[in-house]
Amino acid sequence: MLILTCPNCGIAADETELHADGQAHITRHGAGASDDDLETYLFMRNNPKGVHFERWRHVYGCGKWFHAARCTMTLEVFGTYPAQTLEPPKELVAKIKKKRPDWEGFVK
Amino acid sequence: MKRYSAFAIAREAARYHTGWERAWRSPEPKSHYDVIIIGAGGHGLATAYYLGKNYGITNVAVIEKGWLGGGNTGRNTTIIRSNYLQDPSAAIYEKARSLYETMSQDLNYNVMFSPRGVIMLAQTEHEIRGYQRTAHANALQGVKTEWIGPERVKQLVPIIELSGPRYPVLGGLWQSRGGTARHDAVAWGYARACSNMGMDIIQQCEVTGIDKSDGNVTGIQTTKGAIKCNKLGMVVAGNSGHLADMAGFRLPLESVALQALVSEPIKPCMDVVVMANTVHGYMSQSDKGEMVIGGGTDGFNNYTQRGSFHHLEETVRALIETFPMISRLKMLRHWGGIVDVTGDRSPIIGTTPLGNCYINCGWGTGGFKAIPGSGWAMAEVIATGEPQGLAAEFGLNRFQEGRFIDESVAAGVAH
Repeated sequence: MLILTCPNCGIAADETELHADGQAHITRHGAGASDDDLETYLFMRNNPKGVHFERWRHVYGCGKWFHAARCTMTLEVFGTYPAQTLEPPKELVAKIKKKRPDWEGFVK
Repeated sequence: MKRYSAFAIAREAARYHTGWERAWRSPEPKSHYDVIIIGAGGHGLATAYYLGKNYGITNVAVIEKGWLGGGNTGRNTTIIRSNYLQDPSAAIYEKARSLYETMSQDLNYNVMFSPRGVIMLAQTEHEIRGYQRTAHANALQGVKTEWIGPERVKQLVPIIELSGPRYPVLGGLWQSRGGTARHDAVAWGYARACSNMGMDIIQQCEVTGIDKSDGNVTGIQTTKGAIKCNKLGMVVAGNSGHLADMAGFRLPLESVALQALVSEPIKPCMDVVVMANTVHGYMSQSDKGEMVIGGGTDGFNNYTQRGSFHHLEETVRALIETFPMISRLKMLRHWGGIVDVTGDRSPIIGTTPLGNCYINCGWGTGGFKAIPGSGWAMAEVIATGEPQGLAAEFGLNRFQEGRFIDESVAAGVAH
């Protein structure tokens, strides 16, 4: 069972308490954006085999959103961090890089 | 290839079954093919088969990193139906269903197609309206389905409990010509027919790179060396995003785990397929007597072919309310497959940003039923180089143009 620690309330919550909401750090485009940008925002996804940054909500807990870094090949959780950021924290990226030397790094 | 027949069985019985030959050859890859198909699942093999049968293109290799039909083709719950809401979906799924009817004769391989009928249960007011709408749409599309009341559901499925406290059965959408088939046999039958046409099926051969020149694909790198090709078809379901990454383009897909389980075998008790979409419970009885149960998808990206246990628990809990008699059954096996899901829950068949490279993916949670129709459509796209025919509406560009084939709204859930 997948267990993520909510950075907002500090509780180690299992997945039945959480709601997954897909890829994190997507650039949002609005009215006036090009077709390409809108398509990328709404539909295109990284879907990597390996390190994935995603949005989660502690829906049956504190109710707040947060981000998680996970491996889609092993289900290993590298860490969680608050949602109020445009990219993952440097320490977390360094930690992942140490565990996965072949990883190409964070791609938006 | 020696044909399978009653006479062949008698002949082999008379000589202690020493004369059976291998169903397909396992050759080493040649240096060049007209067309390479990546992925020897049902869709990939069907694509190769119809390339040969409909277009006479037989210098074809089907490349598979694992074993033939070992992905989602061997992991689904074998349901075949075509009662979709949108016209392009109904067309391709109905083509597939009709090809299943004659597949055993066509391939000279018994795929055990059993048109036993499929009921989709309506368990909420919303579903009643939704399925009545689908029944009307199907009538216009020429797909035979009908809306039936609870009494008729009980007649078709005597073991069902109509007045469950949470999920009462309010009626259903009945497709009498839907059913099931033996999933492995579909892959094996296509593989045998492809091999017989001179195509090479190369297993245990993983693609490690895509070779390009001037925006066109020129070949692939594999664990068995480089292979050149004029045209490339990618038909790899859950791994499509990974392969597209190698080819240098992105796809509007997310790969998630979908699970299924089977019970111990029991005597015949249910001779139709029952789908309960509200609770993600899909059940039929196999010829061996096992109750075959499909569940829902997990919400997060996953390539492990393992799903979350609590989803199975939710599925079984809901099914026990609708089918109280299964509550004492032991479950023998459960497993997961990785399905690639698009934003509108419809597949992608067509051209890609890379020249001479074609893709067939995004079948999500319902690809088995579509195998022959998907192969038929994909073969046309590869042979002509144009997204046309059954595939015309399913192109990758529909997400940019806003031309969705929105089956997620139609079904309310995965389908």
